[in-house]
Amino acid sequence: MDWLTTFPAMNKDTLTALKRGIDDGFRAFTRAWGDPIEAFFEPLRLFLIHSERLLLNSPWPVVLLVVGLLAWLGSRRWSIVIGSVLTLVIIGYFDMWDDTMRTVAMTFVCTVVAIVVGIPVGILMSRSNRVQAVVNPILDVMQTMPSFVYLIPVVMLLGIGRVPGVIAVVIYAIPPVIRLTNLGIRLVDKDVLEAADAFGSSSWQKLKNVQMPLALPTIMAGINQTIMMALAMVVIASMIGVQGLGQPVLRAINNQYFTLGMFNGLAIVGIAIIFDRISQAFGRRLQKHQEVTHG
Amino acid sequence: MAEPQENQFGIEIRGLSKIFGPRATDMAALVAQGISKAELNERHGHVLGLRDINIDMPAGRIQVIMGLSGSGKSTLIRHINRLIDPTVGEILVGGEDVVKMDAGALRTFRRHKTAMVFQKFALLPHRTVLENTVYGLEVQGVPRARQVDEAMRWIARVGLGGFEKHYPNQLSGGMQQRVGLARALTNDAPILLMDEAFSALDPLIRTDMQTVLLDIQKEIRKTIVFITHDLDEALRLGDRIAILRDGEIVQQGTSQDIVLRPADDYVESFVREVNRGKVIEVDAVMTPLAGDGAPGSPQVPVGTTVDEAIGTLVAGTGDSLTITGTDGVPVGAVTLRQLAAALTSAR
Ligand SMILES: Nc1ncnc2c1ncn2[C@@H]1O[C@H](COP(=O)(O)OP(=O)(O)O)[C@@H](O)[C@H]1O
Ligand SMILES: [Mg+2]
Repeated sequence: MDWLTTFPAMNKDTLTALKRGIDDGFRAFTRAWGDPIEAFFEPLRLFLIHSERLLLNSPWPVVLLVVGLLAWLGSRRWSIVIGSVLTLVIIGYFDMWDDTMRTVAMTFVCTVVAIVVGIPVGILMSRSNRVQAVVNPILDVMQTMPSFVYLIPVVMLLGIGRVPGVIAVVIYAIPPVIRLTNLGIRLVDKDVLEAADAFGSSSWQKLKNVQMPLALPTIMAGINQTIMMALAMVVIASMIGVQGLGQPVLRAINNQYFTLGMFNGLAIVGIAIIFDRISQAFGRRLQKHQEVTHG
Repeated sequence: MAEPQENQFGIEIRGLSKIFGPRATDMAALVAQGISKAELNERHGHVLGLRDINIDMPAGRIQVIMGLSGSGKSTLIRHINRLIDPTVGEILVGGEDVVKMDAGALRTFRRHKTAMVFQKFALLPHRTVLENTVYGLEVQGVPRARQVDEAMRWIARVGLGGFEKHYPNQLSGGMQQRVGLARALTNDAPILLMDEAFSALDPLIRTDMQTVLLDIQKEIRKTIVFITHDLDEALRLGDRIAILRDGEIVQQGTSQDIVLRPADDYVESFVREVNRGKVIEVDAVMTPLAGDGAPGSPQVPVGTTVDEAIGTLVAGTGDSLTITGTDGVPVGAVTLRQLAAALTSAR
């Protein structure tokens, strides 16, 4: 009765050979293509380095001022402006300023990449049910696959450093932008779309004048989620050399430094709340005139 | 001001049928043989939208399409700018068949030849009144300064001066539909398509809007296709009226034809509710004159309603009226008895 309690697995040798075959194949691919791929991502590296430098080299009062200004432009609410600036002041006072700036730069770059890639993909998805049927399962895999697993091929291809970090974070954080762009466009009022057609809009004019503006609050909700996920990924990305608040957390885990971990963890929470409040308030302001009334 | 050019764009619809469903073209033959809407639906799972529609809509006039909900009015009007493709048939606008246009030609046609007003307004909620109104010209690529000039003129004309910077959700329904009307008129297309444009409005505002439309039409002389489910509205606006039932035309003609000679019980049931005195014109009930008419009796022009004629009559002492033609020459006479007879449908 042995065969009933032990699952009839593939022959051990065959399985080992299979795994080794895939690994060897991928390694060969990496050797052949590693350099061109690295060259392809060079602009991304420069973008990240410059953003980081900009934040680190600017005098801290200027950074506080800019954050306050962005908070005002996004939300038009003093409570959010004051809360944002105060949070940063506390973080700086506890000597986490530089790491925070690196994390903010990283999150900013990852969000920009996610938006630049995600919105067009979302638009394509909204225009074709077939594209949607293909992309949706891919997004499911991206979201459910433990993030450590796809760090492996990224690191094999590009080594340890910032760029593989960005790629890993973007893969993890991009699904909400794509999904909510698709959803937002599909939910646009059919009557308004018909009116745009009746006036002879081209598909570009429809996208630009009707679909994108009306989908924008939904897309903004997606961007908000993407920012949050990017921040959450920062700790994991620090395992492959991404600098910022994640590294002290990692060190704290390895050495059981409770307070170090706590402080840096709270700093991440702090900037997460800043990002969240500003982007949500901005999304709400976009929505202000959008509800349709009749009669 | 709009140049008073002659509108050349009549609409002729020939043998138009529309079947909804995956195998619509296969069903066309059955529909042509006269299968009923219910049978097509039950036996073949297809919906009959329209069957063999033939209408001539003269240029520069208001053609009303009337029918109950689900009779195919929206489907019909959407064929004119081909928001819906026909299963069979031709739609000739200014002599050109809309059905044969490719995507580019169709877009040009929609931009320059038609404008549309919708039952649920369908305004862009994120744009102000002004930005909504310029939409058609913006799509055409007209320079911004001219877009704004034209739009401001029509915004004022529909009575929304001062509201340019408001958003649709800050306006009442009636005002929103004025924006819808201004947006369509700013497009300056010869054809205006109005799908139950006033049906969502309160009765008083609705009458207001009808007056606005009739006033404007005196200047612009567009070919207007106006959809409604309300006979009073149809009679008030329509130079010509077509009545639709289950996707088929049951009667077309002038308001006089419809009220005085309803084609069947369906039309009759609408007509019964109508205030006949306000619709029927004296020419329809008068006795044509050979000579000069009864001397001394009050005169009213052709086109006067029975209601107005009775008013004139009771203000005087006699019991007959002389009807004069457009040139002021007497063409007929009408008695109180004839006028009273016109008021009752019971014979
Ligand atoms: N896209 C569609 N698919 C299937 N049936 C439709 C579609 N559009 C309209 N119909 C049917 O066609 C008929 C006429 O509809 P419609 O033109 O909207 O009527 P009305 O505007 O007079 O109320 C109705 O029976 C409706 O259910
Ligand atoms: Mg309708």
